[in-house]
Amino acid sequence: MATTTAAPGTAAGAAKTASTNRKWTIGLLIAVVVIFLLYWQILPNAPAEMQTFFRRWLSVSAVNEAVLWVVFALGLNIVVGYAGLLDLGYVAFWAIGGYVAGWIMSPFASEMHSSMNGLRVSILGHPPAIEGLDVGIHVNFWLVLPVAGLFCALWGIIIGAPTLRLKSDYLALVTLGFGEIIPQIFRNGERIGPGGSINLSNGDKGISPVDTIPTWPFGYLPGVPDQLGLAATDLPFKFLVFSLLAGFTLFVSIRIREGRLGRAWLAIREDELAASMMGVPLMRTKLAAYAVGAFAGGLGGVAFATHVGGVFASRFDFAISITLLAMVVLGGMGNVWGVTVGALALAWINSTGLEQLGQQVNSSFGTDIDFPSYQFLLFGLILILMMLFRREGLLPETRTRQVLQEPERGELESVGADLEGDRA
Amino acid sequence: MTATVPDTAVGEALRADRITIKFGGLVAVDDVSFVIPDGAIVSLIGPNGAGKTTFFNVLTGLYAATSGRVYLGGEEVSGLAPHTIAHKGLARTFQNIRLFNLMTAEENVMVAMHSHMTSGIVATVLKTRSQRREEEQAREQARELLDFVGIGKTAEEYARNLSYGDQRRLEVARALALRPRVLLLDEPTAGMNPQESARFVDFVHRVRDERKVSVLLIEHDMSVVMRVSERITVLDRGEKIAEGGPDEIRNDQRVVEAYLGKTGTEGYGSDS
Repeated sequence: MATTTAAPGTAAGAAKTASTNRKWTIGLLIAVVVIFLLYWQILPNAPAEMQTFFRRWLSVSAVNEAVLWVVFALGLNIVVGYAGLLDLGYVAFWAIGGYVAGWIMSPFASEMHSSMNGLRVSILGHPPAIEGLDVGIHVNFWLVLPVAGLFCALWGIIIGAPTLRLKSDYLALVTLGFGEIIPQIFRNGERIGPGGSINLSNGDKGISPVDTIPTWPFGYLPGVPDQLGLAATDLPFKFLVFSLLAGFTLFVSIRIREGRLGRAWLAIREDELAASMMGVPLMRTKLAAYAVGAFAGGLGGVAFATHVGGVFASRFDFAISITLLAMVVLGGMGNVWGVTVGALALAWINSTGLEQLGQQVNSSFGTDIDFPSYQFLLFGLILILMMLFRREGLLPETRTRQVLQEPERGELESVGADLEGDRA
Repeated sequence: MTATVPDTAVGEALRADRITIKFGGLVAVDDVSFVIPDGAIVSLIGPNGAGKTTFFNVLTGLYAATSGRVYLGGEEVSGLAPHTIAHKGLARTFQNIRLFNLMTAEENVMVAMHSHMTSGIVATVLKTRSQRREEEQAREQARELLDFVGIGKTAEEYARNLSYGDQRRLEVARALALRPRVLLLDEPTAGMNPQESARFVDFVHRVRDERKVSVLLIEHDMSVVMRVSERITVLDRGEKIAEGGPDEIRNDQRVVEAYLGKTGTEGYGSDS
């Protein structure tokens, strides 16, 4: 009766996992290429009807945003799915990453303090060539990514150090608190410090414009823009950049999971006490999960700032943390491919699906229902249905599927089924 | 390993010095001292509620002792975090099995090697040569340990799917992966039938001889205790009431009283 499915983390299991990963990687790569070609070459030359259809149902900017949600969802998956720590405040890292972009790749730095007035710093950067906007700090997008990642990881550790001593419900509540505090600091960070002289975040007005994404050395190739701003023609290339980030996060997630740290996370998820008794340092290992997860949040935060061309505090609300959590749970906690699919699906429903569906329904039945306003009703419904019928998510980890679908051997034996035979 | 404790002539794997643990007003363990010589198999017995498990938990760092010290190989470990103590060579199994159920037998064992491995996040992401070598070695050691406890064939099974006896063996393999100096077994024969228990006695000897560890057992099954132990310590109501070889303990008046009640007139009748 022993399960024949090879388990991950063993020789046979590793081979199986590797082949699954290869299939998914190839599939997603093909999808990326197809989508890129579609928006870059095919659509602009397609019939007007087709163009309208895609603009309504699958706009390139909606696709770009969905890919960024994948980055965040994968980051949260490390904390929630891998290490089993419920984090309800992941939006904090998204915000911090965004503000790093706001600080060091926009004109805003010159307004942060009176002494920084007229400051002009550029590190391989791309300040807008507009009089008055070429001040501030302008660091190259590709350099900002690791800086923001590490900065967020640092904040992950700072936030994690006091909170990770708590367990389950308490941890969730405190992370929820931090998820509210950090965006509030940014919302109200217009005049802080002695005499209100420091402008940390420009308050509700937000920070814009954020610099473009340089494509050097590919900018020399024909057809590739030198920089990717908010122009419509830049969006397919942004899609490539964001896909690269998502791919990087996927790769790191998979690799770490296979190693020593990933095993320790899993052990903590399974039985914290036993893990510590087997020499796994709980605090350090959990902090590592927080830091790696936050790193992904930083990457995504910077990319999102370039996606919308600015950083706006009011966007970083609690709903984002919950949506991300829903993506992880819906997709299949712990399985990066499931989380990717979950993130893409929910992001699309959020940005496009509901609205378009609503318009369809309204126009066919002559009703006037504001579908997007029912977004959370729908999410709630999806989650309840999932918990009832498919608790393990769309594409669960092999292990999780086991626990939710197959009875434990002990349970079977306790009802008298003799599976044992005579094992000496 | 510098001997900072006096009287370490024979070599002490573990020494607990005047351990007292109070929970509020309740004294769970009262001034108990205890030594495990190098390479010895010793048992801790006592009626239910005698403080055995509490004492165990102090040794492993789960509880802080109200007073008293614990030395592991001459080095003081009292007050250290459980994972540090585990790393320094004190491994344990659990009374009610606590495996990582959704991990394979092999992964369970490899988790315990965590503190002896060094690869960091970057090396893991890049899969550097040294990281791969380390993983490979850990895997081989895990296989070897699983073979040693006799469940090599189950390496790729999830721990939750193993039979009860195999789960107990896996716990021992996992504990041995810490490369311990002292192995603590908490009621290892609970739920075993007499034949299995008898085999277990041989198994403990084999573990001690081939893995060069000292073994401390908490055990209820007296036939196992008497056959396996070289020394026995008896706790009753938090106090050490006797210590000695199996024969001494068998004939110790206080031990008999602790288990059967005084003079046999109170409680459930006189002979058993």
